[in-house]
Amino acid sequence: MTMTKPKPLWGMGRPRLEYTQLPARIERPEPIRPAGPVTLLHLRPAEGKAIPAVKIGETVKTGQKLALYGNGDYVTSPVTGAIAALAPFPGSFGRNYTAVTIAPAPQEVFDDALSAVHRTPSLAAAADFLAAGPGAPGLPRLADTERPVKTLVVCAVDQDLLVFTQQYVLSARGHDIQNGIRILKQISGIEEVVILTRKEAVQGFGHIVGRVMGVEHGYPSALPPLVMAKLFGRVVPAGRTCEDLGFCFMSAEAVASVGSAFGTGRVPVNKLLTVILKDGAARLAEAPIGTPIGDILKHFDAATAEGDRIVIGGPMRGTAVYAPDHPVQPDTDAILLLDAAAAAHVSDYPCINCGECVRVCPARMQINLLVRYLEAGKFEEAEESYDLDACVECGLCSYVCVSNIPILQYITLAKHELARMRRAESPNA
Amino acid sequence: MPDRKKLVVAFAPFWHNGNRITDRSLQIILAALPAALIGVYRFGTPALGVLALAVSSAVLWELAFNRVAKRPVSVGDGTAAVIGLLFGMMLPATLPWWAVVTGTFLAIVVARQIYGGVGANTFNPAAVAVAILMLAWKQRMDVDAALVNYAFDFPAAFPLAAVKAFGNSAVKDLSLMDLFLGRQVGGIGTIGGAALLAGGVYLVLRGVIRWEIPVSFLAGMAVTAGIFHAADPARFAPPAFHLLTGFSLFGAFFLAPEDSSSPVNFIPMLIYGAVVGSIAVLIRNIGVFAEGLVFAVLVGNLIQPLLDKIRPKALGKVS
Repeated sequence: MTMTKPKPLWGMGRPRLEYTQLPARIERPEPIRPAGPVTLLHLRPAEGKAIPAVKIGETVKTGQKLALYGNGDYVTSPVTGAIAALAPFPGSFGRNYTAVTIAPAPQEVFDDALSAVHRTPSLAAAADFLAAGPGAPGLPRLADTERPVKTLVVCAVDQDLLVFTQQYVLSARGHDIQNGIRILKQISGIEEVVILTRKEAVQGFGHIVGRVMGVEHGYPSALPPLVMAKLFGRVVPAGRTCEDLGFCFMSAEAVASVGSAFGTGRVPVNKLLTVILKDGAARLAEAPIGTPIGDILKHFDAATAEGDRIVIGGPMRGTAVYAPDHPVQPDTDAILLLDAAAAAHVSDYPCINCGECVRVCPARMQINLLVRYLEAGKFEEAEESYDLDACVECGLCSYVCVSNIPILQYITLAKHELARMRRAESPNA
Repeated sequence: MPDRKKLVVAFAPFWHNGNRITDRSLQIILAALPAALIGVYRFGTPALGVLALAVSSAVLWELAFNRVAKRPVSVGDGTAAVIGLLFGMMLPATLPWWAVVTGTFLAIVVARQIYGGVGANTFNPAAVAVAILMLAWKQRMDVDAALVNYAFDFPAAFPLAAVKAFGNSAVKDLSLMDLFLGRQVGGIGTIGGAALLAGGVYLVLRGVIRWEIPVSFLAGMAVTAGIFHAADPARFAPPAFHLLTGFSLFGAFFLAPEDSSSPVNFIPMLIYGAVVGSIAVLIRNIGVFAEGLVFAVLVGNLIQPLLDKIRPKALGKVS
C-alpha cells in the first residue's frame, strides 16, 4: 500500500481525507515493556546552566514525580529503577530538554505520594501529580484562576488521520472518563463538559456525564479552532487560543488518567498508542511513557531501513524523529512508520499560483501570496497582511501543493521566529 | 546498541496527493490535442509544421535561457511545451518559421523568464506573444490573407473579419453546428469548438483549471454580445456566433485560466472571467481588431492582482 493518498481522478481536485474510524473488531492493546532503560524528556529552563535536582544513581519509584529545575515542568517515572544518565536533548524549535534515562530494576515499587491524598481530590494535587501523565492533561491551565476555564472539551476523536487512540479510550475506558469528568468538575470551576465523538457515535455515549457533540469525518474538522468555530459558534480570534475564550481541550485519555489516578491512588504511567506500520496495518499498543519507539516497532517485527521515516503522530501533523531510541512521550498518540518511497518529498520549486492551497485552506488564508513572503523571510509582513496567525496548522496546503513547497514548515517557522523576536523585544526578557 | 540506520527527518505533512506540475502540463497538452488535431486535419501539414516548431522552439528557448541564466533546467515540468503548443494553436497555418520562432522567444523569454520563470509571469505568455505578432506582422497574422491559397468546402472567410467588414448579414447563413464542428477558418487549434469544449470540460473535471473562469468568461461574452446584437442586429452578430468563432472557446479554457496570471479566489475569478469575455466582444465589435481576444486576456491579467484583493476574511480575523 502506498501511503501517499492520490488525488481523486475526478472531482475538481478537492482532497477527501477522512479521519480513520476505530475498527469494529479491534484486538486489545498489546502491552509492551521497555527492553532496556526508559528516557523521559524534561524541559530545561531557557537560559543559564541549571543544576538538575536529581543525581545519577538515585533510585526512583514507579509514578514518582521528578522536578529537575523548579521551572514548573516535571516528569513522572514510569518504572522503578535507578537514574542512569542525565543528558541534554535538543528539541525542535529551540526547545531544550534534559533526557533522564532510568534503568528499570526487577522489582516494581509504586510511589505513594498520590495515594496519600487521592481520597480528597483537589486541583493542586491533580496539577502536582498528573500533568506529565498519559495524554498530558492540561491541568496547570485548569489551575490558572486568572483566566478561568468554563468549558472542558473531552476529545474522544483523534486529531490526525490513521490514528484511533482516543476513540479506543472512549470505547474501552468509559468508566474512567466518567470518573475523570466528575472529579474535574468537582475540583475546578468548569461549568460545562462536552465530549467530542465521531458524528455517528453521538448517540452511544449518553451515560457519560456531559453533552456529546459529533465531529464531521472530513479532515481537519477535529482541530480545536475548527471545532470552536463549527460546533460552538465561537471563532477564536487569530493569534489567540481556545483557552483565551475559556475552553480547555483535553484528550479522552487525559481525562481517563485523572479518573483512574484518583480512583486508585496510582499515577498512570502507560500510554496508549496507535502503531501504523509500513503496510498501513494499524495496531494498538500500551507502553510506559519513556519507552523507546524502537522497542515498540521491534515488538511488531517492523524493520526500519535506510531513508525511512519514524513519525510521532499522524501523517498530516506528526513529527519525524531522528532515531528509533526516541521515547514515547505523554502526548504521543501514534507512531507511524513510513517507507522511504512512500513519504512525500519537498522541493524548492516556485509557487505557480494554481490556488489549490487557497481553496483547501480551512482558515481561508491567501496562501499563494503568503508563501511568497515566507520564502523571502518577510515574516512580519506575512502576519500583518496575509493572516499568518490565522493558520490552524492542518497541513492541507502542503498536501495539495503541486510545487511540493513545504508550506506548513514555512508557516511554523515564521510563527516561531516571530514569537522569538517578540520575546527578545519584550522589556522583561 | 545504537541503530546506525539513517532515518529521514522532514516536516509534516508526510503525505502528498501526488499532484505535480508535470502532470498538470500533460493534462493541458492532452486536453488541447484534439483541437490541435482538428486544425491539422483542416489545414494539413503546414499546420502540423507550425505546431511542432512552436512546441520545440519553446522548449529550446526555455533550455537556452536556463543555460544563459545559470538556473536549474526547467523544461522537464512541461510548462514551456504547453506555452509553445497553445501559442502555435492560435497561429494561422501558413505563418513562416521565423515568425513562429520569434513568437516562442517572446512567449518564453520575454513574457515568462524575464519575469522570473514559472509561476512569476504576470501575463499569459502565449497571449503576449500572439499580441506582439499581431501588432508587428499584421498581414502574416491575418487569417484570410494567410489562408488565401486554400480551398475549402465551406465559406472560407474568417467569420469575425467578415462580420466586422460587412455586418451580421455576411455571417447570417453560417451554420452554428458547422462552426462548432470546426468547419470554419481561424487559428490552427481554435476552430474545433467541440474539441475545445471537451478538452476544457476535461480540465475542469480533473481540477487543472477552475470552472469559474471559463463559465464567467463565456457568460460575460454572451451577455455583452447579446446587448450589442439587441441594439443593432444588422451590424452585430448574435452571442452564439461569438462564442463559436475566433479564439472564444480556446480563450475560455486555455488562455484565461492560466495559473500564474489568473486570480484564485471565487469572486475575483468570476469578475476576471466576465471582464475578459466582455472586453473580447468589445474589441471585436467596436475595436480595430476583428479578433482581439488576446488583448482582453492581457487586460484581465493586468487587473488580476487587484481582483485578488477581494478575498474572504481569514478565520478569526476581524478587520
